[in-house]
Amino acid sequence: MPSAQTVPGALMRFRKTVAYLAGAAVVVAAVGLYLTRPRHVDPAEFDRLTGDVERGALVFAATGCASCHAAPEAEGEARRVLSGGRGFASPFGTFYAPNISPGPVGTGDWTVLNLADALRHGTSPDNRHYFPAFPYGSYSRMQAQDIADLHAYLMTLPASDAENRPHDVGFPFNIRAALGGWKMLFASDDWVLDGDLTETQQRGRYLVEAMGHCAECHTPRNALGGLQTDRWLAGAPIPGKDGRVPNITPAALSWSEAEIVEYLTSGFTPDFDSAGGEMFEVVQNTAQLPRSDREAIAAYLKIVPPIGN
Amino acid sequence: MRTLALSAGIALTAATLALTSTATAESHVDPAIAGAIKARQAHMQLYAHNIGVLGGMAQGRIDYDADLASAAASNLAALSQLNQMTYWPAGSDNASVDGTKALPAIWDDLPGVMARGAALVEASAAMEAAAGGGLESLQGAMQALGGACGACHQNYRQSDN
Repeated sequence: MPSAQTVPGALMRFRKTVAYLAGAAVVVAAVGLYLTRPRHVDPAEFDRLTGDVERGALVFAATGCASCHAAPEAEGEARRVLSGGRGFASPFGTFYAPNISPGPVGTGDWTVLNLADALRHGTSPDNRHYFPAFPYGSYSRMQAQDIADLHAYLMTLPASDAENRPHDVGFPFNIRAALGGWKMLFASDDWVLDGDLTETQQRGRYLVEAMGHCAECHTPRNALGGLQTDRWLAGAPIPGKDGRVPNITPAALSWSEAEIVEYLTSGFTPDFDSAGGEMFEVVQNTAQLPRSDREAIAAYLKIVPPIGN
Repeated sequence: MRTLALSAGIALTAATLALTSTATAESHVDPAIAGAIKARQAHMQLYAHNIGVLGGMAQGRIDYDADLASAAASNLAALSQLNQMTYWPAGSDNASVDGTKALPAIWDDLPGVMARGAALVEASAAMEAAAGGGLESLQGAMQALGGACGACHQNYRQSDN
């Protein structure tokens, strides 16, 4: 056995370099994990707010929670039971919507702050990153009062004891710690459409960019699943299915504002075809909003940059 | 060497021709299937035309006319009750043939299709009762009618508008 003294100097230096690099990698990883750790809202923003159930029902419709969290195939009243279970195909695997009904399996013990952390930052009550199949990249722009109202409404819904189904997502996309980096790259609470907007256009922007999370389907994604904001609302493939989610920028959507409002009310297109697919559920939600909100959505859609196919 | 290249070329051409002719054979739809697809699309067009009259009035694009509204709504009610068995032969889904957006789910979930069909009969009957009773009455029945149309398109039609 050679003793340490007999190890040649070059090998010694090599070992030192390796040890140094390994140490540096650990430090970089630690700093990276620290910088991308799950974020939380400032409690002070919420501590004077009282949630209003009736207004919360409208927030619930605008944010479309039931479209994903109601049981698959649920219709009518059954859509108020947010038992989860619906699968969402993606290039990274299949995500299953969790039970968010106000019971022991779901969100029965959630505070307003828990809900705000989830919606604004994609952070769970046990301080982990949610996968962005949950559209916190849009909900990040939600106002505190709307979150408080939504919390009040969610707590009035029926509880379900349906167990959560684990996501079917393979390595490396199943590493939740890496999602902090994803958020840093792709989640933002800035508006996509900036500039001088009228009050109606601003309301429309809030409904489309934040609560309605329209871009989550209507905007194409990059290889890592981040929204390509330079092709905002310009249409995208439907994950796991044939066909495309349509381009709804003025380059492709020629409907008048009144026609857009009608579509979001009854589902009828200008030539009296009717909304199908996922948009059927979206229209069920937008139909519950005040007409002024549907008009605001139409006003916003008219001022987004036109992008051809 | 030239002979080899030549025979490879011939083989390739033959293979291409064989593939092309197979593709042509496959895209040549059985006339009975093609006819059924045409018939059901025409049926949908009749729905759209009559709903267009009602919707045009509801949106204020056409002046309200009680007789015209009632006629459109009666047509709709009658159309919704036609027996559509002849429209939907097996093998006329969009996975089997071109030229249709009808999803295989229609054939896999007949009870669901029938339930949604019954909902359309109901919504059309409600519109028939409402259409002649003034503009507001017509407008009030519009959303349920749209919902009944959409409930079928949600699950049974390829979405790519």
